[in-house]
Amino acid sequence: MTPQTEIQLIAVAAAAACALSGTFLVLRRMAMIADAVSHAVLPGIVIAFLLGGGLGSPLLAFGAALSGVATVALVEALQRTKLVKEDTAIGLVFPALFAFGVVLVSRYADHVHLDVDAVLLGELAFAPFERMIIAGRDVGPRALWIAGGALVLNVAAVSVFFKELKLVTFDPALAAALGFSPLLLHYGLMTLVSATAVASFDAVGLVLVVALMVGPAAAAWLLTDRLAVLLPLAAGLGATSAVAGYWLARWFDASIAGAMAVCVGLVFLLVFSFAPRRGLLARRRMLATQRREFAMTLLAVHLAQHEGTVDEADESRLASLHLHLHWDEDRLRRTVRDGLNRGWLRREDDRLLLEDAGRSAARTVFARAWPQGTGTTPHRI
Amino acid sequence: MNDDVVKNRHTETSTVHPATDAAVSVHDLTVAYREQPVLWDVDLDIPSGVLAAIVGPNGAGKTTLLKSLLDLVPSVSGRIRFHGEPFRARRRDVAYVPQRGSVDWDFPTTVADVVTMGTYRRLGWLRRPGHTEHEAAMTALRRVGMADLATRQISELSGGQQQRVFLARALVQDASVYIMDEPFQGVDATTERTIIELLKELRGEGRTVLVVHHDLQTVPDYFDWVALLNVRLVAAGPVREVFTQENLRLAYGGRVGFAGTKEPTSGPDKDPTSSYMGRIRP
Amino acid sequence: MSEALQLLWTDYTLRNVAAGTAVLGAVSGALGCFAVLRRRSLLGDAVSHAALPGIVLAWLLTGSKAAPVLVAGAGITGWLGAAAVSALARRERIREDTALALVLSVFFGAGLMLLTVVQGRPDASQAGLDTFLFGQAAALVERDVLTMGAVGGVAVLVLALFWKEFKLLSFDADAAAVAGYPVKLLDHLLTLLLVVAVVVGLQAVGVVLMSSLLIAPAAAARQWTNRLGRMVVLAAVIGAMSGALGAAVSGLAPGIPTGPAVVLAATAAFVVSLLFSPSRGLVSRRLRAAARDRRLRSEGDAS
Repeated sequence: MTPQTEIQLIAVAAAAACALSGTFLVLRRMAMIADAVSHAVLPGIVIAFLLGGGLGSPLLAFGAALSGVATVALVEALQRTKLVKEDTAIGLVFPALFAFGVVLVSRYADHVHLDVDAVLLGELAFAPFERMIIAGRDVGPRALWIAGGALVLNVAAVSVFFKELKLVTFDPALAAALGFSPLLLHYGLMTLVSATAVASFDAVGLVLVVALMVGPAAAAWLLTDRLAVLLPLAAGLGATSAVAGYWLARWFDASIAGAMAVCVGLVFLLVFSFAPRRGLLARRRMLATQRREFAMTLLAVHLAQHEGTVDEADESRLASLHLHLHWDEDRLRRTVRDGLNRGWLRREDDRLLLEDAGRSAARTVFARAWPQGTGTTPHRI
Repeated sequence: MNDDVVKNRHTETSTVHPATDAAVSVHDLTVAYREQPVLWDVDLDIPSGVLAAIVGPNGAGKTTLLKSLLDLVPSVSGRIRFHGEPFRARRRDVAYVPQRGSVDWDFPTTVADVVTMGTYRRLGWLRRPGHTEHEAAMTALRRVGMADLATRQISELSGGQQQRVFLARALVQDASVYIMDEPFQGVDATTERTIIELLKELRGEGRTVLVVHHDLQTVPDYFDWVALLNVRLVAAGPVREVFTQENLRLAYGGRVGFAGTKEPTSGPDKDPTSSYMGRIRP
Repeated sequence: MSEALQLLWTDYTLRNVAAGTAVLGAVSGALGCFAVLRRRSLLGDAVSHAALPGIVLAWLLTGSKAAPVLVAGAGITGWLGAAAVSALARRERIREDTALALVLSVFFGAGLMLLTVVQGRPDASQAGLDTFLFGQAAALVERDVLTMGAVGGVAVLVLALFWKEFKLLSFDADAAAVAGYPVKLLDHLLTLLLVVAVVVGLQAVGVVLMSSLLIAPAAAARQWTNRLGRMVVLAAVIGAMSGALGAAVSGLAPGIPTGPAVVLAATAAFVVSLLFSPSRGLVSRRLRAAARDRRLRSEGDAS
């Protein structure tokens, strides 16, 4: 493999791993926990380093995962005091832990050959230089093994516990009633998130792990309603952003991590704008159609409401209808045209009258508003 | 007798209470959330000087109606007038008591301070509340029986006390129309009595009070005017005429077996159902 | 400790640094109160990360590294970041937490990319990024301190001018709207003040840790008082003291960067407040509960 291929493979594995665990964070409204955890693993990493574990050692992964989980536990403990709100608790805990990590690095700089910037921002470009040697044979870059391991771990965890995670995400009460401990699953997920964050910092750096965890998942959620589709889709979008980011970075000779985050943003923006049903444009179009449809129904309801009442003549006069409805004349003209075309209305001199089709449309609305049998005897229809 | 005694809202508009006399007048109001109708073509004229209830099942759009009166939610169509003028021109005459749960009661402020907020509008920009405003706040607190708790932090209050604080904040505004969202929700019996006495006092002073209310049992005792709402307006008028089993069934879709008042006597040739239907339904 | 205090007076550089961090602590403490009370604590984090591309762009476009230029750039993209958060969070299926996380990481990534492009070297650590990440309090000179004071002072003045409006908005936004205040405009103004507080602090404590200075002093102050006015003043004092203390510690123990030291000092102030504040503190709460138990038990014995 060329170093180029290796770098892209590492990026793809890390991005997919992050997207899988990140999906659950996004669904559970815990996206900022990703930010908190990814910052707060720093002291864990530093302490593991001090105790002699190098990058890629199990000690380091363990230490980092532990501090990630500790962050979540601290945030929740603070919230339970009821003295601070959740967002404040998050904002108190992770900067403190991160600052502590930075102080540790600075204090023991002689013992820790740890480049904080590298931890924060990743050094993907150098990843191919660090090789994994097993029994004297070069089996590939070490970072690829780490990121690949994270991906395998995520795929395994998500597929083995798919049902449980789904239940606890969408209906924690039911999950508890069925005997799945939400707490256990919650902390299991947090461990997974921390481990993934640690495994990925080599590639993208801690600050940008957040982008990979949240962006692809948020984008995928605009494209599908099904969790079984959402997970692979998020992983795919993450991998795509990673590869695109690599080439963007090469093009501009820029930081790969930065370019990957930018691509995550671009992918999200594309999906956000053009997603078939929930995209900005689709929604705008749908809203416009709905609004016309709605205006027409509203007009029908209005006429139906006043049919046969004393003020019917007044309420149905074309020249003054817009005043009653508080519409501008333009809107009324368009709506009346729609209604005439649809065969809901007819004009009689200066008055607007309902046809049967329009009346039954109005009736449908009432039936919807009162589902229980009250829409049955429409006196005047 | 149906058609001439039980007033149809339209005949009412044109004959008994001309719209300009109404304290609050709603005409053809439709409100939609994400293009789903929450209120459909509501016409409502609330006469001046009544104690009026808005009742209806959950999701009937009661709170939405209040919020659209106050310009807090946009409407698709319709016109709203307070004493014949739009809300913007009549802000000072309208006081609002939101649902208790709509604010964070852990906010660092005191009872007197919250009540003083009722004077901010009158003060305008930049000016700070002074002696006059604090006096007004204390007077309002005395009216709701909370003067001795003036310096309390608001998180230390019971639900009923919180409600009374909101009420005092509205009293300070010395408005002519009071709009309240479920002021009796989750309050103790003492508070409920205090509040209803106060509302009756306000009515006695010629003010109009409009209340979203949940407890159908108390409607006939507390209120003299009622609007039954379920997305559309089912009926509106004096309680003894409009608050009937039949209208309640229409509003609640047959889910309510209770009506606080006797049904109006049916006319000789019609059954009451059809006459109500005729008025309310197209 | 006394040694540190002495140094604060005698050492010119340190005095500047301490004055600078104290000013920024005071400004962000005061303005952070509103963010905390309105449950927008983490918006500051998004704003500070979003400031990075602005700093780089300002430098790229003007070729100047002067503080006012960079601060202006930071302010513009920081404000854009805040606007992006509120625009995204209104949409279906995008919640506020997602919007915050997305904006902060993508803006930051863009800043990182720009920075490396400008420097012409792909490894960020060589590109002088440290300055932005952790700030460079040690490089503060008197001019910087005066600039920070002036900008922060204006922000605090605006806060004081619209005090009652901001209070009403934060407590009951609907009531403010009914009273006829332009609620959206006030909301934007309050966000703008938050952006100002962030950019004032960036130079000294950096992108990653800035949000803490908005949150910790406010959360600490909240434990000691039930009045908004006192809370804001107290938060400013706690922020200022944390700033000065952090600067002193890092001055005494070389190798400890100022930004993290300030953050740890502010967090310590919060922890002390959480435990020992007389009315709300956990310890005093526990003591009161124990006393009540004892009283109940003795009453039970007596009867």
